[in-house]
Amino acid sequence: MSILVIADLSGSALNREATAKAINAVRGLDKVSVLVAGYQVAQPAAEVAALEGVARVLVADQAWLAPRLAEDMADIIATLAPGFTHVVAATSASSRSYLPRAAALCDRMVIGDVTRIVDRATFERPIYAGNALEVVESLETGIFLTIRPTSFSASLGVQPPAPIEPLAVEQGAVQTIWISDSVRSDDRPDLATAPIVVSGGRGVGSAEGFQLVVQLADRLGAAVGASRAAVDAGYAASDLQVGQTGKVVAPRLYIAVGISGAIQHVAGMKDSQTVVVINSDTDAPINQIADYVWSTDLFTALPDLIAAL
Amino acid sequence: MKVLVPVKRVVDYSVRVRVKADGSGIDLNGVKMSMNPFDEIALEEAIRLREKGQVDDVTALSIGPRTVQDTLRAALAMGADKAVHIELPADTPIDSLAVAKLLDAIVREDGYSLVLLGKQAIDTDLGGTGPMLAGLLRWPQASFASELTLIDTHLRVVTETDSGLRTLELPLPAVVSADLRLNTPRYASLPNIMKARSRPITVRTPAELGVDVTPRLRQRAVSPPPARAKTAIRVESAADLVRSLRAEGALK
Repeated sequence: MSILVIADLSGSALNREATAKAINAVRGLDKVSVLVAGYQVAQPAAEVAALEGVARVLVADQAWLAPRLAEDMADIIATLAPGFTHVVAATSASSRSYLPRAAALCDRMVIGDVTRIVDRATFERPIYAGNALEVVESLETGIFLTIRPTSFSASLGVQPPAPIEPLAVEQGAVQTIWISDSVRSDDRPDLATAPIVVSGGRGVGSAEGFQLVVQLADRLGAAVGASRAAVDAGYAASDLQVGQTGKVVAPRLYIAVGISGAIQHVAGMKDSQTVVVINSDTDAPINQIADYVWSTDLFTALPDLIAAL
Repeated sequence: MKVLVPVKRVVDYSVRVRVKADGSGIDLNGVKMSMNPFDEIALEEAIRLREKGQVDDVTALSIGPRTVQDTLRAALAMGADKAVHIELPADTPIDSLAVAKLLDAIVREDGYSLVLLGKQAIDTDLGGTGPMLAGLLRWPQASFASELTLIDTHLRVVTETDSGLRTLELPLPAVVSADLRLNTPRYASLPNIMKARSRPITVRTPAELGVDVTPRLRQRAVSPPPARAKTAIRVESAADLVRSLRAEGALK
């Protein structure tokens, strides 16, 4: 018996960091097989095979798997799962959709967003927007997990390639039709993994004000984030949202601009190493978790900061 | 066409929860409870579909002890047509798989065409119920919906992904989980709140539905997160900030 890790892909490209973190999280427990499912995935399969700790790569490569619909992913995973002690994926919008479905097809529970693996059956995870941590023990054989990427290391050596085995898979009966993806395309680093994140909140006042946040991020080579208030106000796109709803980030440096720090936002960034707050509100709740607070008018402060870098 | 909206009673989103000193859980004593905000959004969407004449009947369902009837009354006050309570003894832990099985049994019995539910509950933050239910029913699913249109016998759903938006078309019956931006739920009016107090609630039990709700997980301990034991340093200028960040290696 061994562990099945589901590789994280964007289209036909491997999300190496998220996949490495999922492998790293569990490779101390047992041998790891990795499922690479998608369309035209020979390249990501080869990349995965060379990751340290991977014993075997299983590949499902089909045109109908191109959008990696939850229904199809779950069918494939549920078919494979009985041969493994654990089925593991990095937490993402995609895995949060297919993994519980796969678990239910196997009559199994799912343990989401694991931040620490205590032992083979015991896991720590945040609840209540990270205001508490629970340790849960699974009473099942065949455990389905998603792991929170910010809690695990992506550092993984290379190895001589592990064997790659094609899987024979057939499309299931559920006919969800993929219509389109609209993907934000810019050259900025990925929010979930960037070492520096600059986030804007309601305090930026307008979409134009938010551009100051973007300019600071570009000057630093940082990812851009946003609070829910900024997204709801239309200053920023929804996939930039940091928080309980949205992305969880833990960069080396997090700069919060015009963000008050609602519980739900703090849930998504409080594990950042260094937190800088730039805000005119001297009593904003976010100051309580900040390392540096600059209470100032952000409209003059941001241009100053950009010039000082 | 009938829509089922499962609603969970949770600690109100504005409450900062406290962990019990003995690590046995969250202190719920005297804490304000409300409908899970994502379920509220799902319910609002179902009510809007009925108001457009595309849906005949919206049923709210809640699982738990007697107290969840408060949440069902809130759902009726918002505009749900019917309410179903699956009753559990007080302090019975229940996990998403058991919830999905109970919903599966109800859907099969009462013939719903659509289950609309919140993308996650804000207490466990798991988000398992929707996809699990869709799996048990072998129905199509859309998670994190931010826009939903019902066209004859299928749904067009815009969902939020990690990198943007994805549009899907789902033949009915289907399961859809609601994200924040799907809508802004209405407030119930006082007369509707008063009327909801005397509306009937159908009470069922897991045994009647033939569902074993024995948990598959055991919660061993709950602890507060490690505190950031730092006092913020106040900076007065851009140069000051950059110097400090460079000194500690946060900026290179």
